[in-house]
Amino acid sequence: MSKKRWVQGLVLVVLVALGVFAYQTRQVSHAGESITAVGSTALQPLVEAAGEQYTGEHLGTFINVQGGGTGTGLSQIQEGAVQIGDSDLFAAEQKGIRANELVDHRVAVVGITPIVNKRVGVQNLSTHQLIQVFTGQVTNWKQVGGADLPIVLINRAQGSGTRATFEQFGLMKHRSKTAQEQDSSGMVRSIVATTPGAISYVAFSYVDRTVQDVSLNHVAPTEDNVTTNKWPIWSYEHLYTKGQPTGLTKAFIAYVQSPAIQKTLVRQLGYLSPNQMTVERNATGHITQTGGA
Amino acid sequence: MKSTQQLERQLKRRSKAAKLEIWGRLISLTALLLIVAVVVGIIGFVASKGIATFTSNHVNLWDFLSGKNWNPGITDAHGKPEVGALPMIVGSFLITILSAIVATPFAIGTAVFMNEISPNKGAKILQPVTELLVGIPSVVYGFIGLSVVVPTTRALFGGSGFGILSGTCVLFVMILPTVTSMSADALRAVPRYYREASLALGATQWQTIYKVVLRAATPGLMTAVVFGMARAFGEALAVQMVIGNAALMPNSLVSPSSTLTSVLTTGIGNTVMGSLQNNALWSLALVLLLMSLVFNLIIRLIGRKGRLQ
Repeated sequence: MSKKRWVQGLVLVVLVALGVFAYQTRQVSHAGESITAVGSTALQPLVEAAGEQYTGEHLGTFINVQGGGTGTGLSQIQEGAVQIGDSDLFAAEQKGIRANELVDHRVAVVGITPIVNKRVGVQNLSTHQLIQVFTGQVTNWKQVGGADLPIVLINRAQGSGTRATFEQFGLMKHRSKTAQEQDSSGMVRSIVATTPGAISYVAFSYVDRTVQDVSLNHVAPTEDNVTTNKWPIWSYEHLYTKGQPTGLTKAFIAYVQSPAIQKTLVRQLGYLSPNQMTVERNATGHITQTGGA
Repeated sequence: MKSTQQLERQLKRRSKAAKLEIWGRLISLTALLLIVAVVVGIIGFVASKGIATFTSNHVNLWDFLSGKNWNPGITDAHGKPEVGALPMIVGSFLITILSAIVATPFAIGTAVFMNEISPNKGAKILQPVTELLVGIPSVVYGFIGLSVVVPTTRALFGGSGFGILSGTCVLFVMILPTVTSMSADALRAVPRYYREASLALGATQWQTIYKVVLRAATPGLMTAVVFGMARAFGEALAVQMVIGNAALMPNSLVSPSSTLTSVLTTGIGNTVMGSLQNNALWSLALVLLLMSLVFNLIIRLIGRKGRLQ
C-alpha cells in the first residue's frame, strides 16, 4: 500500500513539474513574436536559412517555415491561417485565389532548364523542337538529332510552379502530353539520370553532373542569360502577405529583401536576386526593360 | 445489534472491486466513443469534401468514374473540367489484384510449410522473417523498388521501367507478410482431429493438406488474401515511387500509369483548398475510402460464412 502511495506521489510530482515547465516555455514564446511561412518547396530552403539567421540575430523571435507546395501556401495565406505564403507563381496565375487581397514581395528569381539523360546526345534544341518533344509529335531522339532512343517524358505534378513556368515560357503555353509525374525536383533529377531517353526540367540549382542541361535556340541556361531574359524560362519567387505586412512579418520580409541576404544567402543557395535582373515581368508574362543593376 | 447494523452497512456498501468495475467500464466506454467519433469525423469530412466536386462544381458522377482524361485545371471542348478518374481506378485495381495473385501462392505455401510440413523450423526461422518484413517502412520498399526493381524491369521488358509491373513487384513483397501470417493463423485454427482422421484413413500428408486442411481453412485463407488486397489498395508511398504517376490508361504492364493514392500524394500540395482541383482529389480520396469499406465488408461476409459451416 505504501509503495502504491509512493508511486502516486511520484506521478503527481512529475505532472506538476511538466506543468510548470509548459507554463514557463509558454511564457517565453508568448513574450517573443512568432510567424509562420508555408508553401513552395522550391523557395523553402531560402526562407528557412534566412529565418534561422534572422532569429539568431533577433532573440525572442520565431519563424516557422513549412513546405506543402505553392497551392497550400497561397490558400493558407488567403485564409489568413499563416503570416507568409511562399509561392513560385504570381497569385493571379493560381486558380481559386483572390490575388487582389494579397501583397506580393519578390525575394528571388529561379531559372529553369530542360535536362536530359546523358545518353540522349542532345545539347541544344530549338523552341519548336522542345514543344514537339513535350507534346508527343516526336517520339524518338534521332528525330531531333540525338541517339536512337525513345523519348521518355517526365513531368512535375500538375499545379507545380516549376511545371507552370516551364509550360508557359519554355513550351510557349503548349500543354505537355500526359506523362509520368513526380512531385519533387530531386526525384526528377535522379530519374532522368538513370532512365535512358528521359527529359524533364528543373531549377538551375538542381543541375549536376549526372544529367545534361539543354540549350534553347543556342542560348545556354546561365544566370547571365536569365538576367537579360535571353533565357526566357525563369520565374520570381514570391512571399505573399494578406494585406500590407506589419510587425515581425514586415521586418522579416525586409530582411530577406535586404542586400545582406540578397548578395549572400540567395546566391549561395542557387537563386538569383531580383536586383540583378535587367528586365521585369508581370503576372501576364509581359516583359519590360528596367536597365537594372 | 450494533454489529448487525455494521454488517448490513458493509454488505450494502459498494465494494472497492465494484467501484473499480464502474471506473473501468467508464474509461473503456470513453475510449470507444472517442474512436467512433474520430472515424465518423473522418468519413464525414472526406465525404463532404469529395461530394463537393459533384454538387458545387457540377461534375457529372458518371463522367468522373468513366472519363479517361485527368486534367482538373483544364476544361475540355464542352467547357467541362477534365476529371476522369478511370485511369487511376483501373490502375489501383489492376495493381491490387495482380499483387494479390502473385502473393497468394507464396503466402499459402509458406503458411503450409510453417504449420504442416515443418512446424519446428517454421517457428524458428520463417516466423521471425515474416515479422521482420512487416516492420520495414514502406519508403524503404519504394526506394529499393526505384533503384533495383525499376532498372531490372527496364532491362528485361523495355519501356522506362516505371509501371504496373514494378508496382506489383514492390506490393507483392509488402503484402506477403500480412497474408502469410493470417494464412498461418487460419491453418492453425483447423482442428487437429481433422488431420488425424484423414491420416488414419490412409491419406498421405499431401492429400491431407490439399483435401482436408486447405479446404477447411478456405474462409480464413480468403480473409487473409482480401486483407492483403486492402493493404495493397491503400498503399501510397512505395507505389508512387515506382509506378510513374502518369494519369493514362495502362496499355501494358510496363507503361507508366497511376493509382488513386499516387495521384493524391503528388497533387494535394499543389492545389488550393476549395478549388475544383482540390475537390477532385477529395473525390478520389472518397473512392479510396469507400473501397476500403467494401474490402472490410467482404472480410466480414467471408468470416460469417465460414462460421456457419
